[in-house]
Amino acid sequence: MPKELWKGNEAIAEAAVRAGLEAYFGYPITPQTEVLEYLSRRMPELGRAFVQAESELGAINMVYGAACTGVRVMSSSSSPGVSLMMEGLSYIAGTEIPAVLVNVMRGGPGLGNIAPAQGDYYQAVRGGGHGDYPRIVLAPASVQEAIDLTALSFDLAEKYRMITMLILDGSTGQMMEPAEMPAMQEIKRKNFEWATNGAMNRERRILSSIYLNPLDEEKTNLRLLTRWQDVQANEVRYKEYFLEDAQFIVIGFGTAGRVALSAVREARAQGIKVGLLRPITVSPFPYEALEQLTGQAEAFLVTEMNTGQMLDDVMLTVRGRKPVEFYGRPGGVVPFPDEILNEIKRIAAGPVPVHSNPRVSWLHRATAHA
Amino acid sequence: MITPNNLVYERPEAFTESPTHYCPGCTHGVAHRLVAEVLEEMNVVDKTIGVAPVGCAVFAYNYFNTDFVEAPHGRAPAMATGIKRVLPERVVFTYQGDGDLASIGMAEIVHAAARGENITVVFINNANFGMTGGQMAPTTLPGMKTSSSSLGRDVETQGYPIQVSEMLSTLAGVGYCVRRSLHDPKNIRLSKKAIRTAFETQVRGLGFSIVELLSTCPTNWGMTPVNSLKFVEEHMIPAYPLGDYKISEAVKQIKV
Repeated sequence: MPKELWKGNEAIAEAAVRAGLEAYFGYPITPQTEVLEYLSRRMPELGRAFVQAESELGAINMVYGAACTGVRVMSSSSSPGVSLMMEGLSYIAGTEIPAVLVNVMRGGPGLGNIAPAQGDYYQAVRGGGHGDYPRIVLAPASVQEAIDLTALSFDLAEKYRMITMLILDGSTGQMMEPAEMPAMQEIKRKNFEWATNGAMNRERRILSSIYLNPLDEEKTNLRLLTRWQDVQANEVRYKEYFLEDAQFIVIGFGTAGRVALSAVREARAQGIKVGLLRPITVSPFPYEALEQLTGQAEAFLVTEMNTGQMLDDVMLTVRGRKPVEFYGRPGGVVPFPDEILNEIKRIAAGPVPVHSNPRVSWLHRATAHA
Repeated sequence: MITPNNLVYERPEAFTESPTHYCPGCTHGVAHRLVAEVLEEMNVVDKTIGVAPVGCAVFAYNYFNTDFVEAPHGRAPAMATGIKRVLPERVVFTYQGDGDLASIGMAEIVHAAARGENITVVFINNANFGMTGGQMAPTTLPGMKTSSSSLGRDVETQGYPIQVSEMLSTLAGVGYCVRRSLHDPKNIRLSKKAIRTAFETQVRGLGFSIVELLSTCPTNWGMTPVNSLKFVEEHMIPAYPLGDYKISEAVKQIKV
């Protein structure tokens, strides 16, 4: 297929359609609304289900219902709307059925603003909904990657009977880029042995997240964790840039990682041996890859569009063996490459100490300038 | 000895053999049986998907011999929407109490009705939250004592009862909306007929259908089963009049 100019949100919608999306349920919220708008035209034209729900609560529970039948189903929203969906996500996780959710993140907390942000990392990666449950979280950094990961997210969700979330910020959702759309997949309803699709001539099935006997719930928790180990072993994805001889390593996901790449290129041009690790699966996080790099790195720089959330996962891996510095622009501010370049230069000029909490030293620097 | 000739009462095939967990005298069992009989008589047991609520009927999936899912509190109409939209040929119903439907799930039920979702809702109104131990529900009568309105529901501070059938009947997407009662055999028969009409509305694609059933809760009302039936007749029916709140022209043509 040739490259076409696609807007991020619409690209995700069309990629989902081509991956066999049979039902979409959503609610308007900026900066994600184009997914809903696009599918309101596209789904009926293909004879597939589309409902603009009464709320994000309604939308996620429609997803829950459709997911129980074993079809490919998706919703999308932005930060405040995704908060509302957390109830449904927990139920979907507890019921062990596949579903895809896209979060086009905006500045928060609260109503916040509609500018690009990455403040929902904890919510996506660590939980958000109640109870112990793992989920796969993919973080695209371009429109093309958003297309590719949308298709992948359905496969992963079905393979592991698990929620797969795409987290991107408003800029990837809103910007237009040349991208290649995959071919249309034919819809093949898989006859999942768990699907409650009407007990036609077979034993009836029940799907629920209720385990009244704590011993059964405990078994369920352990089953989810065991399945998560398979995900960790097989599904970690990341991109490496200029890492081979890198002394200094920048780590960033999504747009923060993409902006960091520009800074890394410029720093390389200035003779600094710096590379970039960009996690694509932020859950499962690429702990192993980072562990490998901990030996070679003189120092790390974590850059995010929040106050340091993925930073925790980096700290868990590096464990004080090497200095970790942080640079963030929270609240809907996108950093310029220059800002990250300055941080790279500062660290390369060294020496940087090992901070027990890099967030604090960053906060001092950030507020000193303000 | 029971033979087909003298058999007057048996377990519907649409029921599993699991004994129910409902309290003695509670009318949930009657409502369950009516739904099971209707599904069987319509020959749709093997293509029905039920949606259980959170509340006393949370374990409904144990009793009906059909596929079943278990919804978050109040969200059954949204789940049913998701199922029905991808499987329009299946029969999809929710079974919800008044806490589930009229309190936390009010948005979901109103919008499912407004969209004219082709689903059937069996709505049990027993004027309290049964499962959590008899707290005040939106349907609790003025002055009625519950564990969270221990001095009696004071409408000045705790608001007024919500009449669900009257409210939903104003929505154009609704094909069939009636209120019946389970307090005596005559009304139980009328309830069954209404449940049958509601499911017929669905299989004909005539829009949203709901049957509100006035029910008892002897345990939480602190009454004997017989007195609780009297309470329905003497206090519930005046507050929640029985009747047909909306029957669309197309549904009126259905003969059951």
